[in-house]
Amino acid sequence: MIDCEPSRAKQVNENQCHMCMPLGAVIALKGIEGMMVLVHGSQGCSTYMRLANVEHFNEPVDIASSSLNEKQTVYGGEANLHKAMDNVIRVYRPDVLGVVTTCLAETIGDDVRGMVKKYLVNRPGLKVDVVAVSTPSYAGGHAEGYWAACRALLQYYAVPADKHDGINIIVPNISPADLREIKRILALMGVRYVLLPDFSLTLDRPYGGRYQKIPPGGTSTTNLALMGGARATIQFGLTCPEELSPGHFLEKEHGVPLINLPLPIGLVNTDRFIQAIQELIGGHIPEQLELERGWLLDAMADSHKFNAEGRPAVYGEPELVLALTSMCAENGSPPLVIATGSQVDVLRGLVGPLLKSAEQTPVLIGDADFAAIDNACARTKVNVALGHSGGKFLTEKRGIPVIRVGYPINDRMGGQRVMSVGYTGSLALLDRYTNTLLESKYNTYRQKKKEELYSMEG
Amino acid sequence: MYTNYEPGDRTAPIEERQGSIVVKGKGRTKVSCGNDSLAGAVSQRACVYCGARVVLNPVTDAVHLVHGPIGCATYTWDIRGSLSSGSDMYRNSFSTDMREKDVIFGGETKLAECIDEVVTRHRPSAVFVYSTCVVGVIGDDIVAVCREASSRHGIDIIPVESTGFISGNKIVGYRAAAEALLRLIRPKEGEEVERTNKVNFLGEYNLGGEKWIVEKYLREIGVEINVAFTGDSSVEALKRAPGAKLNLVQCTGSMHWLAAQMEKEFGTPLLDVNFFGSENIADSLRRIAAFYGDPEIARKAEALIERETARLMPHIERYREKLQGKRAAIYVGGAFKAMAIVRQLKELGVEVVVAGTQTGRPEEYEALSGLLDEGTVIVDDTNPAEIERFLLEKKIDVMAGGVKERVLAYKLGIGFIDHNHDRKDALAGYEGALRFAREVYVTTCSPVWMYLREAKPSRELV
Repeated sequence: MIDCEPSRAKQVNENQCHMCMPLGAVIALKGIEGMMVLVHGSQGCSTYMRLANVEHFNEPVDIASSSLNEKQTVYGGEANLHKAMDNVIRVYRPDVLGVVTTCLAETIGDDVRGMVKKYLVNRPGLKVDVVAVSTPSYAGGHAEGYWAACRALLQYYAVPADKHDGINIIVPNISPADLREIKRILALMGVRYVLLPDFSLTLDRPYGGRYQKIPPGGTSTTNLALMGGARATIQFGLTCPEELSPGHFLEKEHGVPLINLPLPIGLVNTDRFIQAIQELIGGHIPEQLELERGWLLDAMADSHKFNAEGRPAVYGEPELVLALTSMCAENGSPPLVIATGSQVDVLRGLVGPLLKSAEQTPVLIGDADFAAIDNACARTKVNVALGHSGGKFLTEKRGIPVIRVGYPINDRMGGQRVMSVGYTGSLALLDRYTNTLLESKYNTYRQKKKEELYSMEG
Repeated sequence: MYTNYEPGDRTAPIEERQGSIVVKGKGRTKVSCGNDSLAGAVSQRACVYCGARVVLNPVTDAVHLVHGPIGCATYTWDIRGSLSSGSDMYRNSFSTDMREKDVIFGGETKLAECIDEVVTRHRPSAVFVYSTCVVGVIGDDIVAVCREASSRHGIDIIPVESTGFISGNKIVGYRAAAEALLRLIRPKEGEEVERTNKVNFLGEYNLGGEKWIVEKYLREIGVEINVAFTGDSSVEALKRAPGAKLNLVQCTGSMHWLAAQMEKEFGTPLLDVNFFGSENIADSLRRIAAFYGDPEIARKAEALIERETARLMPHIERYREKLQGKRAAIYVGGAFKAMAIVRQLKELGVEVVVAGTQTGRPEEYEALSGLLDEGTVIVDDTNPAEIERFLLEKKIDVMAGGVKERVLAYKLGIGFIDHNHDRKDALAGYEGALRFAREVYVTTCSPVWMYLREAKPSRELV
């Protein structure tokens, strides 16, 4: 049983739990090789998205803008968009230009696809692919924008390809460190794969003494084209709506079977991932992964009593929230509050089975803001939270420690290095979880016990 | 006194940007500024809404309600390092969270409902309602909605006309905020505001408690602050503003228009001040004392300056020895901030060789360049490609700027000073000057750069 909070009884959104649709699209697009992104809208949008990404990834993240003003708002933004494309292509020399829309561009009714087509017709011989994604901010949050961009990329590049043995791996918005860990696991298992998107290098650059306008790395467009001929797609996108789902698109348009899985966070979810790969390619699970699984199990045993003291809230993007719920539940620490800024229709059916043996009925909040999350945390006596930096007010106001995971992390260092996937990432996250509980406990328990028991005596 | 920028020497990557980059020298070209950002140039600027939001946000006990889709509110939630001595209401982010149907059918009803909700639930002293791009396009009449809500609830519900796409970006937003403030403080019919001997402190946002530092100084010399615009201010205190004897104006970009308006409407004279760096602080205190024309205030000001300078200078000297001859670049929002940083860096023996702003006006660039040496690159509304070029070509040791510039500097192995509106530490006053000096030293002379430099020449890392 899950209590579904009506998604905000109120109209006003008080302290946001999600960001806007084009932002998600930008992150996904940054995982493509040779990509530069252009936001069709007023100047502020691209600057905010840059800021959000810079603070999370601690990297320069260049995003161009068509810098619309009143005139274009009235007469249409085509000339500005074309000029912006000219300038960006001149300075950045991208192989691919991603053009995402904003609420302004959508509201004035700019036909971006048509404008892009016209641009390319007028410049024959120009060697650049232009992928347009429609992302009006009022149609969804950044999680939806991310999926929409992945799908648009496939619509552009995936062709009816010859069948091959490779596997498609499609991931939601996770950290560069998570991407690297997934790649390491795939390499250990000897899988041939295409990863979409892959911003493990483009949004997390090793120091090299220089700044690259378009950082090396990312999924190549050649590989994107191969995705239509893959043996199967593994997509960590159980919560992704069908109309946005890249994996679903590949299945429908190119007949690539879709294996939709939860993010490999926690033992059960990681097992499902490894097992799915093994079923696809056969062979044994590599010893290294067996060891890592063993270490995770060992840690689960060592820390299970401490974890039972946890009364967690999890919040953020639906896919992450689902995986975190699973991990908490399997460690005897089922979440009391599960919240996402996105819709929860799909999520509801997925978290229900994970929490059926929970002692206390959990609360699920869709379309959530932090006013709702805060209320629910107070009511259910949450004592620890997992999610992005927006939760800092839970700590300030209620003393609930927040383990930072997800996007954005802008009040701690190293958002790009937070690793939570696979057995190794799960173990790191579990340790952080347990140790946060222990820190809370040990910081205060002597004083608390004294107040509670000693003073009672007197 | 200027020449066009001819670096050593590639041309600027975008032809149309040439006019915005000049070198102080023998030519006569002035830096082109105040234009809309060039499409596709990857400007560092924000928008009109952002300008309004950062000016008004520190009003502590007001509800700040953003009428628009979710992003606009999310990106500016708790965006400032402004501290409060009372209410924390300003740190919340309220949004009407417009959806598709609001865009199609209009968002006025939803806005009215949202206002009713926040007023009922939080009982704020006032509500600022910000308009965003979409609202400007669909034409929601936020002025009418606010007026009706105001009379319904009996509190000030003030529209802020900050539609994002209006030309001129942040500066237009400053103006929108100033108009909203004026609407708030203008005495209503029959209201009397008590005249006092106190000062208003305009363009002071209490970042890291900076207003409190200056307030301490002024109190010591016998001058009281009536209210700051808008650092640590309450709606009630702001309404007492028309009764002040003098308006001190610090951040001119955001507040000069309002100060001029207050002079016209309420007869309040204004005085430009600046509490960043010892020279500026001393100068400002003396000018305030001179305004009052009270020998006691002047004597106390001199005593304060002497005591604090004596305490600060040995530290500055110590840092100066380490920093002598280092080269700096500055790229910040406004000219006020740029000038303050130039003075302070010079005090530390650091040479400023690149200086620019997002929103400087021609007369401000004129003033700024007066502080700069020949050969300094002056740039308006620059972008990452240009910043990279300046940092490398000019052999910069340390840059001052905001968050986006920080990561770029670090990527090149260059020190960085945060002078952003979200910073958490005070840089005003003598204690701020010391912190600034220490920050310049810590970042410019950090041992990490040595290891990073050893990593060169860089291998292509894939």
